Amino acid sequence: MNRKVLILLLLNFSFLLSGCHQQDQIAEAASPQYVYIENKGSDTIVNLALAWAEEYQKLHPEVRLSVTGGGTGTGIAALINGTVDIANASRRIKQEELDAARQNGIDPIEFVIARDAIAIIINPNNPIEKLTLQQISDIYSGKINNWLELGWEDRPIVRLSRETNSGTHTYFLEHVLRLGQPDNKTLFSPDTLLLPSSEGITVEVRQNPNAIGYDGLGYVTEDVKMVAVAEDTRSDYILPSAESVNSGRYPIARDLYMYTAGRPEGEVKEYLDWILSTEAQQIVKDLGFVPLIRHQP
Amino acid sequence: MEKSLKASEYIITRLIKGSGYSAILFVLMIFYFLMSEGIVTLTEVPISSLLSIRWYPIENYFGILPLVGGSLVVTIGATLLAVPIGLLTALYIAEIAPRRAREILKPLVEVLGGLPSVVLGFLGILILSPALRQLFDLPTGLTAFAGAILLAGIALPTIISISEDALDAVPRSYRDASLALGATQWQTIWHVTLPAAKSGVLTAIMLGIGRAIGETMTVMMVTGNAPVMPAGIKALFLPTRTMTATIAAEMGEVAKGSTHFHVLFFIGIVLFLISLAVNVTASAVLFRQQKRSERILS
Repeated sequence: MNRKVLILLLLNFSFLLSGCHQQDQIAEAASPQYVYIENKGSDTIVNLALAWAEEYQKLHPEVRLSVTGGGTGTGIAALINGTVDIANASRRIKQEELDAARQNGIDPIEFVIARDAIAIIINPNNPIEKLTLQQISDIYSGKINNWLELGWEDRPIVRLSRETNSGTHTYFLEHVLRLGQPDNKTLFSPDTLLLPSSEGITVEVRQNPNAIGYDGLGYVTEDVKMVAVAEDTRSDYILPSAESVNSGRYPIARDLYMYTAGRPEGEVKEYLDWILSTEAQQIVKDLGFVPLIRHQP
Repeated sequence: MEKSLKASEYIITRLIKGSGYSAILFVLMIFYFLMSEGIVTLTEVPISSLLSIRWYPIENYFGILPLVGGSLVVTIGATLLAVPIGLLTALYIAEIAPRRAREILKPLVEVLGGLPSVVLGFLGILILSPALRQLFDLPTGLTAFAGAILLAGIALPTIISISEDALDAVPRSYRDASLALGATQWQTIWHVTLPAAKSGVLTAIMLGIGRAIGETMTVMMVTGNAPVMPAGIKALFLPTRTMTATIAAEMGEVAKGSTHFHVLFFIGIVLFLISLAVNVTASAVLFRQQKRSERILS
């Protein structure tokens, strides 16, 4: 993957050097055989967008896609300034961003391009099957410290989290720990282990019966156990899967977006249509995200 | 002919002189850069907030005490493990081991020193931390102790190799004189050879500690990175977060010029000052030693 990133970065540089930009009329006239699409934004999506871009360029050699990360905010800012064709976002566009865009005469159009579920994982020897969001929040904020309180034996709970710079960490903080309430100021318990990678969380959960962790659905391996999660005590406990995420029943899932400036046309429209095709959504699945379910003809 | 030789000599001496001073220049430049990025913190974050015990930068909690404490716990733990083992190994290799064993052991120790720290960290996650958890019945094996053991492993080759050189440099006549006076081999080692090599051994220990406190990758992988304020001896068996791991984990994604960015540089300054203190202490001790020995010899 690193190699792919490198190649695309190099491509980016070569664009810069030759001054070939989509908006650049002169450059376009000089090389009429290529169409350039600029794609920038969320780091969560960047690997997926790169994989799509590689595959699409194989199918359409006349299209040159340049994909960069930088974060959702960066991508949307670039869209507002008119420097990219497509912005990647792991959250919905904010009202103030929408206002800024409209002031610039740009009308962002939203596309849901994939979904991402966050699975709560525990050791296979742990008999706990299900938790409510409130219980998970209490575990991570330090209100529940022993598995006994959740109906298992007397064992300390070891909380595992991603590092604070991870988008998944922020999502988990806002939607699970704070239960999606904007004025809720709950924090992670200070003794939460902050591990630098998803792999680190999986390894620790696999060998430590005291541990609880969270990971993107794509990182969950066979040898850890997923917990069924319920919105509150009255609702059903749901295990994360492509199906339960798509039906909206699994509570810790988010949509991933792409935004275009105005209704997409020409190559950009073709590219977005292709992203929503079964073939491109297979790549979503391969990378561990949840594909959108299309009605099979 | 002679003139051109003089000219080239002039250039060469200047080059050598320049290289000599370049180290000072680099240190000053690094120090200036650290200061210019980090000292702003003091105007952005109140001191009372910096000295609090909560580190959660994405919500503007910038208490660096747990991080300083974490680094100290791991480093002191590593020192307590590495110094006795390192010293005994060096004594064995230099004084006791037969020639054959010595020829095998010394290179092996140096190979150990060449192990990439990330490899040690990986072994730590997969083997050491589960073993520690079961052995001591801990909630998790990702603790300061796991970090201390691995850091001791990293500091050991430095300590062994340099103290062995120092012991080796003690003149043969010292030992012969001691043995001739009827001292046993152990008495000779303990009362003659080791004191004679004291300055070299101290340097070895300081370099080992310096290596341990600056180490990043291994501790980031095995200490669990939970910013808990260490309290008492049991902190060694709890997860902890060091200054180096914090900088490494967070610098990558922090917005340049933000308060968080400046605080990370401030942590860099603190780390720099701690290493400086270790080095200055070591030099001061050595200096006093030297003066004393000069006094005795003259």
